[in-house]
Amino acid sequence: MAQRDEPVDGHRTAIVAAWVVTFAIAAIAVVPLLRLATSFDSPGAMSLFEPYILGILRFTLMQATLSAVLSAALAIPVARALAKRQHFPGRELLLKLFAVPLGLPQLIAVLGIISVYGKEGLLNDLLAAAALPLLPAVFGLKGILLAHVFFNFPMAVRFLLARLETVPQENWRLAASLGFRPVDYFRHLEWPNMRLALPGVFSLIFMLCVTSFTIVLTLGGGPQATTLEVAIYQALRFDFDPALAARLAGLQIALCALLLLLLQRFSVSVATPPRLRISVMRPDGDDSHGRLFDALAILLGGLFVAMPIGAVLSDGLGADFGRLLGDQTLWRAAGWSTVIALTAALLATTAAATLAQAIARSDARRASVFRLAGNLVLLIPPLILAAGAFLIVHQNFDPQKSALFAVIIINAMMALPFALPVLEPAFRTSFETHERLAASLGMRGFSRFRLIEWPTLKPSFALAFLATVLISLGEFGVIAFFGSERLITLPLLLYQRIGSYRFNDAAGVALILLLLCLALSLLIERKMLFATRPPA
Amino acid sequence: MTRFLSLTALILWLMCLSAAAGTLTIYTYESFVTDWGPGPKIKSNFEKQCGCTVKFVAIQDGVAILNRLKLEGASTAADVVLGLDTNLVAEAKALKLFAPHGLDPAGHSAPGWTDDVFMPYDYGHFAFVYDSDSLKKPPESLAELVEGGAKEKIIIEDPRTSTPGLGLLLWMKVVFGDRASEAWKTLRPRILTVTPGWSEAYGLFTKGEAPMVLSYTTSPAYHMIEEKTDRYKAAKFSEGHYVQIEVAGMIQSSKNQKLARKFMDFMLQPGFQDVIPTSNWMWPAGKTSKPLPKAFDLLIKPEKSLMLDPETVARNRKAWTDEWLNATSQ
Repeated sequence: MAQRDEPVDGHRTAIVAAWVVTFAIAAIAVVPLLRLATSFDSPGAMSLFEPYILGILRFTLMQATLSAVLSAALAIPVARALAKRQHFPGRELLLKLFAVPLGLPQLIAVLGIISVYGKEGLLNDLLAAAALPLLPAVFGLKGILLAHVFFNFPMAVRFLLARLETVPQENWRLAASLGFRPVDYFRHLEWPNMRLALPGVFSLIFMLCVTSFTIVLTLGGGPQATTLEVAIYQALRFDFDPALAARLAGLQIALCALLLLLLQRFSVSVATPPRLRISVMRPDGDDSHGRLFDALAILLGGLFVAMPIGAVLSDGLGADFGRLLGDQTLWRAAGWSTVIALTAALLATTAAATLAQAIARSDARRASVFRLAGNLVLLIPPLILAAGAFLIVHQNFDPQKSALFAVIIINAMMALPFALPVLEPAFRTSFETHERLAASLGMRGFSRFRLIEWPTLKPSFALAFLATVLISLGEFGVIAFFGSERLITLPLLLYQRIGSYRFNDAAGVALILLLLCLALSLLIERKMLFATRPPA
Repeated sequence: MTRFLSLTALILWLMCLSAAAGTLTIYTYESFVTDWGPGPKIKSNFEKQCGCTVKFVAIQDGVAILNRLKLEGASTAADVVLGLDTNLVAEAKALKLFAPHGLDPAGHSAPGWTDDVFMPYDYGHFAFVYDSDSLKKPPESLAELVEGGAKEKIIIEDPRTSTPGLGLLLWMKVVFGDRASEAWKTLRPRILTVTPGWSEAYGLFTKGEAPMVLSYTTSPAYHMIEEKTDRYKAAKFSEGHYVQIEVAGMIQSSKNQKLARKFMDFMLQPGFQDVIPTSNWMWPAGKTSKPLPKAFDLLIKPEKSLMLDPETVARNRKAWTDEWLNATSQ
């Protein structure tokens, strides 16, 4: 224990690096916030605790809690089933599809959902053909939850599955030889491993839903469905009251920080050592009722994710690709999208790994500081980050020319919280497993990381990198602020086309964005995972 | 990370040393400068006359342009700001950044606007656009829309976050005055959803979620010209329609005053105005060299243009938004 409180020599570098990252985050996130809050006089039109804000606060927390609980709860059986069924046709494709919603701009996801569940949607067409009663309108709380679960449930599945796949072969074999029943597998193997990742997954989803904007307003059905993020947007844009916007953001951050700290109490460690991910054979795959249940979970979960994505695809096919592909702007947008996403993801994954490595080597208190540092960026609205950064950049540099750097850095900051929930549990188990080995070999620092930890961490890195790439690909708030004729991304291009009525073009751009998401996830996971496979 | 940052800062600083000269910098909104927007053609038309270079700086929308000016203050790089609407004018004037344009304040055709600082270049009326395939009898007045019952739903935009949303708020206020709050309450069951911006609303509408959406009288022209369909029409309301006028102004501290004034003058000439109707999908505020496309003749022409003066809007916006919130929440 004493060892963990006082970092031994080899850990010092890891801790110092994490502090550097923490301060860099604070500098990039909090300084603009303060700058914005203090640079302008507040018209004082609204106080923080008037009934309007309190009502919004209640709704924000309620819908975010429901969304996070639903997404995580639904992800458990699906992740479990996917972990158990390693070989069925289409499994790889399904996993790639599960990553896609992360990279979709919210408006496109909403339109995809409407194409499936809407008044003239796919399901109603089927119901009408079967002469069954039609679905009720998707607006209101149920619409918000539907969209939030569509966005977050597949991500939760991928994160939980990543945990389950690190459980070594021997444990399953041992369990089988002990005559485990399905419920024993769940209790002793699956649940403890998923539980390690759940608090991180839950808080990530919760924060994403707290800051949800387009989905909540569009599907909410009226101003009773408003999040704090909307109030912040209103304060900053329409009322131009940066001080109020900053105060509201502060309130949002404080509340969620409290929740994160509470959740950390549930974050427990398990001592299952991760091994090289060699194709896992699950001896518990044979019972017939389990097979039916798993098939159902995978089928329903898969359909739920695939249908709206399919709708976006089929909408896109109607676009005039001859004209669209001949347009230079499209290629520029696709190029910048890729460059920005890859660079931001590289920064984000590196920063997250630095934090995760230090968390594994820290006592609970210091770990929670690093964890907060890696998470809270998500709670500062992109508009505030962008406006604050603009204020600083503008007074020192030419904003037109520095836009690219600002976009990449802010994107990296916003992607970091997506890498942390994957890397943190991975680093923790890796640390606990390898500490003694490394010490006995006298290995330290980078060589220890490269030789001992990297091989088992590789899959987690691949997933973390993928998640950060996708989230940057779909980002719109920041690029909307800094974008220009020259600096344009696919989501920006898409919104621009819609802004000039060109919904068909926009659908085509969405299709291209979707294919880019799929291609990148294929490339990233192939490159990083299969390189470790021993030659057959 | 820190090394990366200092390196970045260094590169940025070096890039700033190479500043451009002899150009007219115009701040405008994004859809103005896109390939299919009016920007590119207007740029080349003006450059032919002035022997100068036009540089557009594209900023998301009118509200964002105003905020950009607030952030930048007197150090703004803009010579001309193009794309504020009349509801933003009072706040823009309060910044004390703009100079009088020196043109004839009435030398344009936008309804009900004379101002010596901000010159209109186009205008449009808000309207409820409906799908004539699913709605055979559209309402003929705002009152009829309000009292029409919940069967035919409408999609509107949020006045807290969007220009059309604010437009409808003001439209209701002009027509119903003190009874606006009750009118909103009556209308409430008919509202399918309130979206953050025009894009979401129009997207849901074209997906068939509701037969009616808050948009512009000119929206059907797009569908007729670009999609060759007259399925989407605007409903003409007997009380009149609230008007949105888009204006431009010159920056006082600009070093290119002469050029800026030249551009303001050019703005109402055919070289600018010809481009507006079929790329910005608004009514031109000046002379065009040829008559407008036939689709524009088929659009509804409001009997009356409704508008509140910018100062009244600026003074009451907060209170009216609260009134709207109270009436439509729960």
